[in-house]
Parts: sequence; structure tokens; C-alpha cells
Amino acid sequence: MSSIKEIQEEIVSEFEILGEDKESTIFYIMELGENLEAFPESERVDENIIKGCQSKVWLTADEVDGKVHYKADSNTDITKGLISLLIRVLNNRRPEEILKADLNFIERIGMGSIIGSQRSNGLSAMIKQMKLYALAFQTKQNA
Amino acid sequence: MSLDIQKIRGLFPVLHQEVHGKPLIYFDNAATTQKPQSVLDALTKYYEHDNSNIHRGAHALADRATRYYEDTREAVREFIKARESAEIIFTKGTTESINLVAQSFGRKFIGKDDEIIISTMEHHSNIVPWQMLCEEKGAVLKIIPINEAGEILFEEFEKLLSKKTKLVSIVHASNALGTINPVKKIIDAAHAVGAKVLLDGAQSTSHLEIDVQALDCDFLAFSAHKLYGPTGLGVLYGKRELLEAMPPFLGGGEMIKEVTFEKTTYNDIPFKFEAGTPNIADVIAFKASLDFFKSIGKPAMKAHEDSLLAYANEQLKDIKGFIPVGTASDKVSVLSFNINGMHPFDVGQMLDAKGIAVRTGHHCTQPLMKRFGIEGTVRASFGVYNTKSEIDKLTEGVAQLARLKNK
Repeated sequence: MSSIKEIQEEIVSEFEILGEDKESTIFYIMELGENLEAFPESERVDENIIKGCQSKVWLTADEVDGKVHYKADSNTDITKGLISLLIRVLNNRRPEEILKADLNFIERIGMGSIIGSQRSNGLSAMIKQMKLYALAFQTKQNA
Repeated sequence: MSLDIQKIRGLFPVLHQEVHGKPLIYFDNAATTQKPQSVLDALTKYYEHDNSNIHRGAHALADRATRYYEDTREAVREFIKARESAEIIFTKGTTESINLVAQSFGRKFIGKDDEIIISTMEHHSNIVPWQMLCEEKGAVLKIIPINEAGEILFEEFEKLLSKKTKLVSIVHASNALGTINPVKKIIDAAHAVGAKVLLDGAQSTSHLEIDVQALDCDFLAFSAHKLYGPTGLGVLYGKRELLEAMPPFLGGGEMIKEVTFEKTTYNDIPFKFEAGTPNIADVIAFKASLDFFKSIGKPAMKAHEDSLLAYANEQLKDIKGFIPVGTASDKVSVLSFNINGMHPFDVGQMLDAKGIAVRTGHHCTQPLMKRFGIEGTVRASFGVYNTKSEIDKLTEGVAQLARLKNK
């Protein structure tokens, strides 16, 4: 499995191919959302909603063999694409790796100007929640 | 008479730019309109030549600034055909104007078990101030229902009216749907039971000819920035006898006649309601916006905007997956819609990537969205400088997005 750094490099080069055209970049982000693992209907509940997102984002995390497995969904396609990027980088890793991760790809691909400030705040909230899950599992593992 | 739209566009510097490498198409006029050069020039001129605090100043600049400030008040009076300029109060915006009525008129004249009527299609700024007042006073808020097209059910409104009704506060034209409400009928029916009427004119004043005396409304609230004028400035019109009977809203300078530590007497209207140094520069520049309306003429502007709305409806209606929201027979140039299978945020972001500025979401009308069982809409709202070729771009964009989910 590639490292967090390697996957981020992959994403950066994919976005570089798209170039400056905002429209095709957003279409691409929307398409990425289609790769998300199916989200169980039973988990689509208020407790799993990430606070701080304008659109609805549901996120769950399970510990599988000491690694964090995330599942997420959203009611908007662009947000789904954004989550799928985060999951691609952080999924199925040990909690300490996730906590240490410097997600520099977001800035490097200029995500802020692609998605605007409201959605950027939402993206930060998603990362925070993913790291909180990792912290919870790490605390449990170290207990 | 048809307008020379290219000439009008030439007056608005902001329109001539590209966003994301595409020419800007500005369809967010119900949120705020762009400003003509004359308004920008008036702002600069004020700060370069006339800046001074108004009223009471014993020097030339203060005198000039005061005169220009009061000239705008007179121009507003003329714009809404009020009886006298003392009935025009400058505020921060529609929201503050409504809150002023709630806090001043409401606190004095509305008591326990009295009733206030609003409609399902109100902006939050015409809901929350009344909820706050009702909570404080033990008064009751009643809601006029609407039909599927987004029109008020007038007979239901009549059923809500009673001797208990103290105020009807209603939007003249809906920001989310564009519906123009039958306000003259509403005002007459409310007056018949002794209730006062506040009109939220935030969306109507830029499109419809307003004559507060013919309408006989008791209050009218609106904002300058939706009238091709500066932000941070609004107007409250009130009938003299009401404004005189109402207590001040804010205390401070300007609003007093005489202050002693024992007792303060208040200034006459409109100054009683303009405590502190007002937004002088924007008030003065607002006159240039009103002159802009005069120079073109509201009926011609409305005819153009109506033709844009009709054209947009015609172009979009057959797109598979296009869902119009708000199909009232009488509308201002607001087109609210959804695309089947797509979230309005995504539609808005995709249109933005095409250079098209629209608004998405609940438009500060959550109860209305709930009534339609939707989270929000995409709203394109047209101003005098918009063109049919811009609508063609919107249509292309919507058609492309609709195809993604409606094959």
C-alpha cells in the first residue's frame, strides 16, 4: 500500500493534468464521489453528521486489525468527491499515521479557490472529525 | 420602448470582468445589485470634497453634507410617493427597519394575546423579530398559508383576521420565489379590523412602482443595496402619526431635543429614530441610484426584466429534470429552480465555474422551503443590465447539468 505522501503526490499530479479549467476540475471531483464505498442507510443518522459542513456529511469509522476504516456519504456530489479524496489518503491506516498526516495536497492543488470558502471550511471540519476518530482509536489501543 | 441594454451595462464597471476565465454573468440581483459609476462617483466625491458630520455643524462642509443628506431623503420620499420627507427614516437595511418597528411600535402597541400575521413566504428577517416580540409580550404569531404555485391563500388570510390582529407584516415580493403579493387587498382587509400593515419591500422596490399613499401601508421597509445603491443602508417609511406615537428605538445623539440628567425630551421625526452619526456617505450616494431609476424609468426596467423572466422560463421549461419552484402568475424577475437528482449547492458551484453567479440554498426562508419539502433552490434573479444571451448561457449550463442525472 502506498504511503500517505505517495497518494498525495498522485492526487496532485492528477489535478495538474486538469490544469486551470475550473469546470473540468469540479466535474472530476464530482466523478470521484462515485467511487465512495456504499454507505449503510442505517448509519445515515444525525449522530454521524459532521458539524460545520453546509451540506450534510455523514462519517463513521471502525477499527479493523488496528487500522481505521472510514465510511462517508453526503447529500451533495461535490462534497462526496471531496470526502472520497480524504478517504483515499487516510483510509485503512494506523491511528498514529492518520494523526501525523500533513494533508498538503489540499493546498497544493489550490482546493480553496476551486471549491470556495464555505466548502473549504467544511473540508477542514471533515479532516478534524477523521482525526478525532483516529485519536479515539489510538487512545483505546494504548489503554 | 425598448432599452439600450449595452449602454446601461456600460454604466456598471463590475460587470466587465471574467471569473474563472469566463465572462461574468451576474444573476444574483435579488441578493444585491451592482452599482452604476454614478453611485461610486458620488461616494468618492463625498469623501474628497464634502466629508463632515451633518446637522448642527456651523461650517460650510457640514452645511453641504447636511443638504446632500437631506436631498436624498426627499428623493426617497418621491421614489415611494410619501406625503412628506419626515416620514423617511434611514436605517442599516430592511432587517433593521423591521426590527425598529418590532422594538418600537411592537413594544408599545402589541400586548398579551394580541396577534401578528405574517405569511409562509417571509424572509427570516420578517419572522424572527416578531417571534422575539411575541415571546416577550405573550402575543401570537399567525401564518398565512400558500398554494403550490407559491401564492398566498387570501381567503385563509381573511379567516386569520380578527379584532385581536394588531399587525400584518408581509413581504411585497418574495425573495425566494418572486411572487408578488396582492398587498393592496391585504392592506385594506387588515385595516378593516383595525390592524396596521408593514410591507417588506426589499425585493419589490427595485421592480414595482411604489406609492405608499395609494397603497395606504403603515410601514414600508427596504434596502438601498438592492436598488443599485450602496450597502449598509436601508429605509423605513412610516405614517407620521404612527412614527410620532412610537418611542425611540436607539438612544444617543441626534435623536434628542434636550437632555438633562433628570429627563430627556426627544427630537421630532425622522431624527428621533436616527440616533448617532448616520451612514452619511452612503445616504448621499443613494441619491445617485434613485436618479438612475429616474433616468431609465421603472416601467421600462420592469418590462425588460419581465421579458428576461419569460424568456428564461420558455428556454428552461422543457429541459428534462428542470423543476421550477414558485410559479405564481404575478412575479418579479426571480427564477427559483432545482435540477432533479442534484443538490442546489452543486448546481451553484458548477454554474459559478461557468462564470454564472446565482444563489443557492434556503434564501433565508427555511419555513418556505419546508412547505415545499425541499432543502433549497438555485435562484437566478435578473436586473436591468442582464440580457437574453446571458440567459442562453444559463440554459446551456442547466441543460448540461440536468443531463448528468436525467438521462
